[in-house]
Amino acid sequence: MTPTDRARRAETRVAWLFVAPLVVILLAVAIWPLGRTVFFAFTDAYLDNPGSYDFVGFANFVTVWEDATFWRAVRNTLVFTVVSVGIETMLGLAIALLLHRAFLGRGLVRAAILIPWAMPMVVSTRIWDWMLNDQFGLINKVLVELGIIAKGIAWTADPSLLLGVVIFIDVWVTTPFMVLLILAGLQLIPEDLYEAAEVSGVPQWKRFWSITLPLVAPAIGVAMLFRTLDALRMFDLSYVLAANNANTMTMSIYARDQLIGFQDLGVGSAASTWVFLIIGLIAIVIVGLLRLDRPHH
Amino acid sequence: MASVTLKNVSKSFGVYDIIRNVDLEIADGEFVVFVGPSGCGKSTLLRLIAGLVPVSDGAVLIGGDEVTDVPASKRGISFVFQSYALYPHMNVSRNISFALETARIGKAEIMRRVEAVASMLKIGHLLERKPRQLSGGQRQRVAIGRALVADPEVFLFDEPLSNLDADLRTEMRFEIAKLHAEVKATMIYVTHDQTEAMTLADRIVVLNHGKVEQVGTPRQLYDRPATRFVAGFLGSPKMNFAPTLLTDGRLAGPGGFSYAPHLATGTTVSEIGLRPEALALSAQPGSDTIESIFERAEDLGHEYLCYVRIGEGLIWTVRGSGALPAFLPGQTVHVGWRADSLYLFDRDGQRLDHRPADRVAEEVA
Repeated sequence: MTPTDRARRAETRVAWLFVAPLVVILLAVAIWPLGRTVFFAFTDAYLDNPGSYDFVGFANFVTVWEDATFWRAVRNTLVFTVVSVGIETMLGLAIALLLHRAFLGRGLVRAAILIPWAMPMVVSTRIWDWMLNDQFGLINKVLVELGIIAKGIAWTADPSLLLGVVIFIDVWVTTPFMVLLILAGLQLIPEDLYEAAEVSGVPQWKRFWSITLPLVAPAIGVAMLFRTLDALRMFDLSYVLAANNANTMTMSIYARDQLIGFQDLGVGSAASTWVFLIIGLIAIVIVGLLRLDRPHH
Repeated sequence: MASVTLKNVSKSFGVYDIIRNVDLEIADGEFVVFVGPSGCGKSTLLRLIAGLVPVSDGAVLIGGDEVTDVPASKRGISFVFQSYALYPHMNVSRNISFALETARIGKAEIMRRVEAVASMLKIGHLLERKPRQLSGGQRQRVAIGRALVADPEVFLFDEPLSNLDADLRTEMRFEIAKLHAEVKATMIYVTHDQTEAMTLADRIVVLNHGKVEQVGTPRQLYDRPATRFVAGFLGSPKMNFAPTLLTDGRLAGPGGFSYAPHLATGTTVSEIGLRPEALALSAQPGSDTIESIFERAEDLGHEYLCYVRIGEGLIWTVRGSGALPAFLPGQTVHVGWRADSLYLFDRDGQRLDHRPADRVAEEVA
């Protein structure tokens, strides 16, 4: 063994030593619970006595697969994710572009815009729930006074409006997050690129389309990935607003219903495992599309 | 082809006056270098000419037309940035042609122009590469190519070589000089490097605190600097200075310096200046030498530099060629200089024309 080999080996050992605490924590809080969930998904255990169970093979997975309520929840989640992340990205980009310009009080606006995001989701949902109340809500009062509608709309009771309201609240809460990530990306673009374009007479729209957009795309991609994964496992907003109403039930609420509501540890675990697989698949597809695994420079 | 004229141009950012009342005439096809220490306003002045920054006061004319309120893209200029400002996501070819895409001249014509520029700058083999795959010198060539393809009347360079290493800088300096000879456009070049200024310029504009200190050919500025600032800024190693006192028509300074100049009455003299190459060292005192302590010698092969202490905290540089003088550190040596090589500066830093009083007396008699 040459001295370099020995040195390299010592280095590897030190590296593992540094990583070890993280591995232990990950095992304890992520891998172990996940493993337990998958394990219970193959049993007929009940939540009040998880110690007694029999293996039932893939029966629980089939149960979930054949449950129309589950597919309704999947559809709700996907609609919610695509629409809310889409709107948040557009809005986030627009607001980030505005905030990127120097103007008086920009620092204050930047701080203020974070307020919706800093609030707990439960609080935000309750605020909007109350503001959108069909009889006493502020929104209906304003709309009626302005003569836009004749009488209050039951925003949070009308099944056809409910998912829209959920998306609206999510946009209100999480657009600031998008704004900040995209703004950080915008600030990485050197100013002299725009000066070079300005001197050579490249029109404004082309500067945006051919310089800003491609250069901020990685930041937008990462922001969308974060938001998408977040939206796919959304629970609190829908649950606080409408509990397990079929129109807004997400995959997570479905799993929770099986697990806690019906005390069915086996089916609930199978549902959780399905959710995990679906989100994992989508994450892999997005990471592949964005090529986040490959270095940019 | 176009001349550039600045009329009483000023620029302030808030309470800070960056450029103060600059008047300047740059002839068509001239190569002018703006030089000065960092913060002197040279880059700002270039940006004012480009139209990247609006003037606070005064007028900018290009080719005789007032362009003070004309946007940068309509001034017929190209700008080469210190950072190159290449679009990182576009290949070399598109970096050069990007601005032409909206010019309605057709793809074939764009390609023809890109190839013409690329072959002129010897970057034809790099057209498909991204900027991050290029060396510093290659990036610089692409940046110049992008400026060239617009076929401007005036080229503006903002410290284009300051990110390159010494060898490459010399090479690119030569390339830029060659480019100027070929395209014959007006070029304005900003640098803090006095060597670049001396070697490239038809005329140098020395800036200090946002004001024009002196304008002239490199030779004029080197031989007849208007101020102590210009004298100290141009030349490497720098000019040697020492304080002096005028009493009863005679100047006295460190090392036994003594000199009686013929000066107008009421003139103040506060400093003397001598260029390193005007000095010579000897072991024996001469008629007009001053005394010093030898500190150290550096042999550069084609020349040598000696450092001598002529007073408390006052080290002078002596430059010579040939064999290294055999002095020991700590030894007393005598510093002499060629006649006519002594500069005198008054209290405001202005250079004074002077001649020895006794010679003037002889001529009068």
